[in-house]
Amino acid sequence: MSSNVLLTIKGLHFSYGRRAIADGIDIEVERGKITTIMGPSGTGKTTLLRMIGGQVAPHRGDIVFDGESIPALGKAQLLETRKSMGLLFQASALFTGLSVYDNVAFPIREHTKLSERMVRHLVLSKLEAVGLRGAAELMPAELSGGMARRVALARAVALDPRLMMYDEPFVGQDPITMGVITRLIKLLNDSLGLTSIIVSHDVHEVMAISDYVYLISAGKVIASGTPQQLQQSDSPWAQQFLRAEPDGPVSFQYPALDYKKDLFGLAKS
Amino acid sequence: MYTRMTEIAVGCFVAVGLAALVMLAMKVSNLGAFSDTDGYTVSARFENIGGLKVRSPVRLGGVRIGRVNAISYDQDRYEAVIEMTIGNSYDRLPVDTAANIFTSGLLGEQYIGLEPGAEEDYLASGDVIELTQSAIIIEQLIGHFLLNESQAE
Amino acid sequence: MFEPIRLIGEAALRALARLGQATLFIVQVIAGIPPLLRRFSLVITQLYEVGVLSIAIIAVSALAVGMVLGLQMFYTLRDFGSEQILGQVVALSLVRELGPVLTGLLFAGRAGSALTAEIGLMKATEQLSSMEMMAVDPIKRVVAPRFLAGILSMPLLAAMFSAVGIIGGYLVGVGMLGVDSGAFWSLMQANVDFYDDILNGMIKSLVFGIIITWIAVFEGYDAKPTAEGVSRATMRTVVHSAFAVLAFDFILTALMFGGS
Repeated sequence: MSSNVLLTIKGLHFSYGRRAIADGIDIEVERGKITTIMGPSGTGKTTLLRMIGGQVAPHRGDIVFDGESIPALGKAQLLETRKSMGLLFQASALFTGLSVYDNVAFPIREHTKLSERMVRHLVLSKLEAVGLRGAAELMPAELSGGMARRVALARAVALDPRLMMYDEPFVGQDPITMGVITRLIKLLNDSLGLTSIIVSHDVHEVMAISDYVYLISAGKVIASGTPQQLQQSDSPWAQQFLRAEPDGPVSFQYPALDYKKDLFGLAKS
Repeated sequence: MYTRMTEIAVGCFVAVGLAALVMLAMKVSNLGAFSDTDGYTVSARFENIGGLKVRSPVRLGGVRIGRVNAISYDQDRYEAVIEMTIGNSYDRLPVDTAANIFTSGLLGEQYIGLEPGAEEDYLASGDVIELTQSAIIIEQLIGHFLLNESQAE
Repeated sequence: MFEPIRLIGEAALRALARLGQATLFIVQVIAGIPPLLRRFSLVITQLYEVGVLSIAIIAVSALAVGMVLGLQMFYTLRDFGSEQILGQVVALSLVRELGPVLTGLLFAGRAGSALTAEIGLMKATEQLSSMEMMAVDPIKRVVAPRFLAGILSMPLLAAMFSAVGIIGGYLVGVGMLGVDSGAFWSLMQANVDFYDDILNGMIKSLVFGIIITWIAVFEGYDAKPTAEGVSRATMRTVVHSAFAVLAFDFILTALMFGGS
């Protein structure tokens, strides 16, 4: 394992009932880079992030974060390790009872004994970084979806984590917000010296900022490489996904009986 | 979400709650008027105590001076044994004081009525009241009455 | 033919499993209480939500119950010519039974349902999950302060209920119906015992507080993270709390007032 790798996922297996979410996934995330995990909806990318965060235990395989095996950690160690991770939830997950300011201050107040003046300093600098210092006194209900996500982002990086994970950061955002968030992810990654993992299926945004991309389907890594390598990949699956073609190796149809048989069967009964 | 107003409101809440408890203790219950622990214990033996219960009052000339705090039965003498606590301020009860079991009103609760005697010595903690009269059981009374009536005829 | 038996068995096993989950959950919550003593501001916020905001409904209900009790008892007692024991009757029924039980039912409806809905929604909107990812244990940070606040609030609310109810009875009995004020209070004092009646009533309300808050926080934490899941959990909190209060009231009454 090279010291340049912050996170390694080895032979990961996980399934919900009979549906395989991960069926032998291997991923390496390098320090300081933005690594993207792409795949169609419903392939368990969110679950993958939860396994990295230790909220869900894999059935088999290992996840090593900075030399520590996440599934093997006890509860106290896990909490300690999570302090160096940030996760931006798809739903933003701001605390609805707290103002924007208190939301960003929450992890700082929970984990440090800094004076309120220092907390204020930190919170305002994080809010400034996402361009929402002026919204500090608003309540989450008063924010637009894009603003809420930026506040959540400021909160996730409040303790300067080493690893930042983004769960579908572009979903449901207008083009301008998408651009803003794309730029923010890149900016934060470079200025704070983070390592980032993005889980997404928004090809265009992701390809622009990623250093390395994994394509996942049916619990397996189908293709991986830098964005340029993937664009030129001859894997039909990768081409279908990146060019957004409706039919290809990933069938448009959900697995079903033959259409004629189905109709016939219905007519008979 | 956490402000000075919240603190004050919660402070009021706790204060009002405790005030309600104090009112229940002092105004509603007998804690303010008479305390169980503050007194001396004497016992008395009765053939029959009727409906007397633990906590039944002990009265002297109609004034409540104590309460029953234990009821047991002596199998050797076939008598009920009542232990009562009498307030410390009522410490000049002669040793030949008599204890009766009365009923307040026709259907009211039963209580122990004390009648002071004439001795110079006073009852002290642990003493036994010797002169007792059992509760009047209405069924027995009616029984006696009917018996006497029929004998008279 | 064995189908109904199998179904009953399954339901029983499900209920037992749920009781087990709830017990394991509350053990974690109780373990989270001692650290709260150093951050009591968290509990104060919840005391406001759970306790202060319940005062209005408790006070209004108590006044109404006390007045009705005074009115009804007065007419019944007058037939026996013993209306002066009105104070005693009103006080004993409130302190022993109606205070703790009605406060419990109202508390389940007002505070218990709110707790379940709040925690359930925090779960549905991934707030609890994001807290976990920020290395904060939501059981300690969110559930434990609410649980403690619920337990502390119930006896205080029940004491208020009894006190206000007795005042209601006084207003009707003495103020409107002409019972003698002295007799009202003195007969009450002579027959209500602090330890046997008032303290036991307080113990009852404390037990109800533990049970209701336990059900409320567990249902919220265990709710399915959907709108329907949260609404079902809220409904279950109110229904189960009500049943639990009535059942435990019976048991506690038998234990406390059954002897002698």
